[in-house]
Amino acid sequence: MPKDHGIGASVKRREDVRFLMGLGKYTDDMAIAGQAHAVFVRSQVAHGRINKIDASDAAAMPGVLCVLTGEDFKDVGGNPTGWLINSRDGTPMREPKRPALAHGKVRHVGDAYAVVIAETYAQAKEAAEAIVADIEELPAIVDMAAAVADTSNRVHDEIPDNLCYDWGWIEDNRAAVDEAIRNAPHVTTLELVNNRLVPNAMEPRASIGEYFPGTGDYKLTTTSQNPHLTRLLIAAFVMGIPENKLTVVAPDVGGGFGSKIYHYGEEAVVLTAARKLGRPVRWTAERSESFLSDAHGRDHVTKIELACEKDGTFIAFRTETMANVGAYLSNFATVTPTFLHGTLMAGPYKVPNVYVNVKTVFTNTAPVDAYRGAGRPEATYSLERVIDKMCRELGLDPFEVRRKNFITTDMFPYTTPVGLAYDTGDYHATLDKAMEMADVAGFEARRAASAAKGKLRGMGLSTWIEACGIAPSHLVGILGSRVGLYDAATVRVNATGNISVMTGAHSHGQGHETVFAQIVADKLGVPESSVEIVHGDTSKIPFGMGSYGSRSLAVCGSAVTKAIDKIVAKGKKIAAHMLEAAEEDIAFENGSFTVAGTDKAKSFGEIAFSAYVPHNYPLETLEPGLEETAFYDPANFTYPAGAYICEVEVDAETGKVDVAAFHCADDFGNIMNPMVVEGQVHGGVGQGIGQALCENTVYDENGQLLSGSYMDYAMPRADDVPFYNVDYSCQTPCTHNPLGAKGCGEAGAIGSPPAVVNAVIDALQRGGHTHVTHIDMPVSPARVWAAIQG
Amino acid sequence: MELKDTRAIAALPEAVWAAILDPEVLKACIPGCESITGTPEDGFEAVVVQKVGPVKARFTGVVTLSDMVPGQSLTISGEGKGGPAGFAKGGARVRLEPDGEGTTLSYEVQAAVGGKLAQLGSRIIDGFARKLADEFFARLQGAVEAPDEDDQPEEAALDASGEGKEKKKGWFRRMTGA
Repeated sequence: MPKDHGIGASVKRREDVRFLMGLGKYTDDMAIAGQAHAVFVRSQVAHGRINKIDASDAAAMPGVLCVLTGEDFKDVGGNPTGWLINSRDGTPMREPKRPALAHGKVRHVGDAYAVVIAETYAQAKEAAEAIVADIEELPAIVDMAAAVADTSNRVHDEIPDNLCYDWGWIEDNRAAVDEAIRNAPHVTTLELVNNRLVPNAMEPRASIGEYFPGTGDYKLTTTSQNPHLTRLLIAAFVMGIPENKLTVVAPDVGGGFGSKIYHYGEEAVVLTAARKLGRPVRWTAERSESFLSDAHGRDHVTKIELACEKDGTFIAFRTETMANVGAYLSNFATVTPTFLHGTLMAGPYKVPNVYVNVKTVFTNTAPVDAYRGAGRPEATYSLERVIDKMCRELGLDPFEVRRKNFITTDMFPYTTPVGLAYDTGDYHATLDKAMEMADVAGFEARRAASAAKGKLRGMGLSTWIEACGIAPSHLVGILGSRVGLYDAATVRVNATGNISVMTGAHSHGQGHETVFAQIVADKLGVPESSVEIVHGDTSKIPFGMGSYGSRSLAVCGSAVTKAIDKIVAKGKKIAAHMLEAAEEDIAFENGSFTVAGTDKAKSFGEIAFSAYVPHNYPLETLEPGLEETAFYDPANFTYPAGAYICEVEVDAETGKVDVAAFHCADDFGNIMNPMVVEGQVHGGVGQGIGQALCENTVYDENGQLLSGSYMDYAMPRADDVPFYNVDYSCQTPCTHNPLGAKGCGEAGAIGSPPAVVNAVIDALQRGGHTHVTHIDMPVSPARVWAAIQG
Repeated sequence: MELKDTRAIAALPEAVWAAILDPEVLKACIPGCESITGTPEDGFEAVVVQKVGPVKARFTGVVTLSDMVPGQSLTISGEGKGGPAGFAKGGARVRLEPDGEGTTLSYEVQAAVGGKLAQLGSRIIDGFARKLADEFFARLQGAVEAPDEDDQPEEAALDASGEGKEKKKGWFRRMTGA
């Protein structure tokens, strides 16, 4: 009988009740008395010099309250990036100012250079169209290689070669890797593109700024994955206001996938306008604005080389990548293609030599930043594709090649040549499990059945690993992070015994409200219904670094666990006093404090009541109340890993790819709620299949976004994805956090794209199209058909 | 986006040349043109209404004539701003070569769109630009070849305002002295 409550139970998500009934409360749902509406004016050219912005007609239009331009923000701070990366030669990266509104130049289509605030949305919209901007169009910089080669045309005038940095990891490995590749019996080379993606959260970005003149307080309600970080950036960097005068609230948020980690200029603008007007100012992005101005994901152009023995034993990986960072540095833009990518380039393999070079390039396109997986999907895709290609070149079995190269269970902790220390894992176990689930032995029969229908069937494998549970502060500090990456939680036991838990992690689809309640209830022996999870409000929560990088459970969940431990420890002191026993004799189990070896006991509720009504209480030595806060800083990353097997059917006549089956065997360490884990894997794989088969962001040579609507940007639909077969029974718990949890949010998006593409190539090869060794994502019907035609 | 084509026109290059330089002819020939003012030397200002896929807009912009070799070749360039709909710009390199009693007109068109037009209409912009260019030169051909009102029913149908028609006739009569 499976558990029906507590850790490990598939408790249904309590938040879904309000979401499914339309009772969620999102930023755009908030109606505030006296609110005014903001509409942003965005550049239609990719690159241009702002000669003059004439807002006189707009300002005189009905209902218009004010018009702000980049000129109004030129003296306040820029939106900084969170990570300082040094180039191979030791020089620090180039970090141009990112203003709240474009000033001097516009640098991508959609770059906002003015805002109109009016009584109504329609009035603001109309006035925005009346703003006359004299913008002298400059040649657009779109292609990364051309951007670096042409020093005359610059995204930022002060950066001559459009290069943010030229990063090597690990520079000390470089000579040995070069040498190994020179001398290797076999080298496989693959050039590939990791396609640019638009995150497409269902809820577009929205922000409401308020200012309270009586106290001088500001309040920002916004679509954020991490309200504390947004508060820090706005207060300390952009607006220069005290942190304690700004409250940031992120209510229900309809998906983020990374794109809502970051602070965006619109947030500072609505706050500034609210102060100027003394009225709340609101803005909600139109879908077109989301396409143009949300931080995009991926966009790498990569050459990877794999050197190996003839039997497939890996000798070295060497990667050269150009990573597009867009027009400005978004908050995590510099770490995503470097430390979240290069450090994973050993995969789950005992390869001795690895070197990664990443050149990050400014272009006249929307900023690019972390998107579900963030760097790790790029690493996994490069590795798993080049391994697949090598297997074909040498006629080796891709399953056996993985086995031959896996780090084995007796080797942990294992330090890779790219600087990570994997604590646990069992890569053979997840591969075995995936092969069992996929019935690899029965593939030939399925292939024959597909062939009888006129379809080419192929099978693709990807064995992936990621570093998540982001992140140990001491380590990221050495690597250039400008913040710590711990998390925090407060467990407040109310006098009547129910519990409020304030978490720094924000839930926008992850199910924290259910899962954190399961953990607290399990550990304190109280019903889950008496535990409330509070998140997304800086005025209620001690601190937090938010939700991304599969960190909520591993980092914030650990903070919750530490706070619970403090509650129990204090409860024991109270119980010892009430039961007239020594503190060390008090045991806590199933919600009851007992004196060991006796039947003397106090319930959790009695202890809580006593803490708030301390009539019989050790007041000389113990404070009343029962509330504890804990900060948790992880000792290491966590390392989920797994094996994905995809089967596809390809219609050679049309090039259409159908995903026939998708099997996931993952090791996420200990599982808190299997149903939530399955949902996370389903969503991640869905996004991975979307990247592999459908999604692509296209700018033309003038920097115009051609895929700016759902007519041209192909999101995966229900009929593009199969019924997933998900397993998480292989569990090697994380050794360094109290829950033994590794994190599962990004896994699907990391492991799945190469499995899909490997399967397509396999199908074409088995179908006799042996000249096809690679197709760039998205593997669309047009591309597959063109590849077949040669 | 680039496209090229040629047309055989039953009129001498001088007549075709003169037609291209006449704002009233341009107005009649530019599909959706509401007004055009100016001179070949200083350039023209034009207002054009077009619907590209889901985006309908009134473009205001300038048309300039350059690289002019009288009777032989010129470049027509235009840039129109459609407000929130975005912008369109392009140019046509036009060559006229005598061919017996007529003229071979060849053109190479380059066009680019930006803003919402690019985001929403890029799928159809190539075909759309081809259609516009075809229509422009077809109308030009019609204007030069069929000056008489009775002989150009198509022109009459295309000329929504009805105003240009009269003037066009006047223009042709001026040209031919008829």
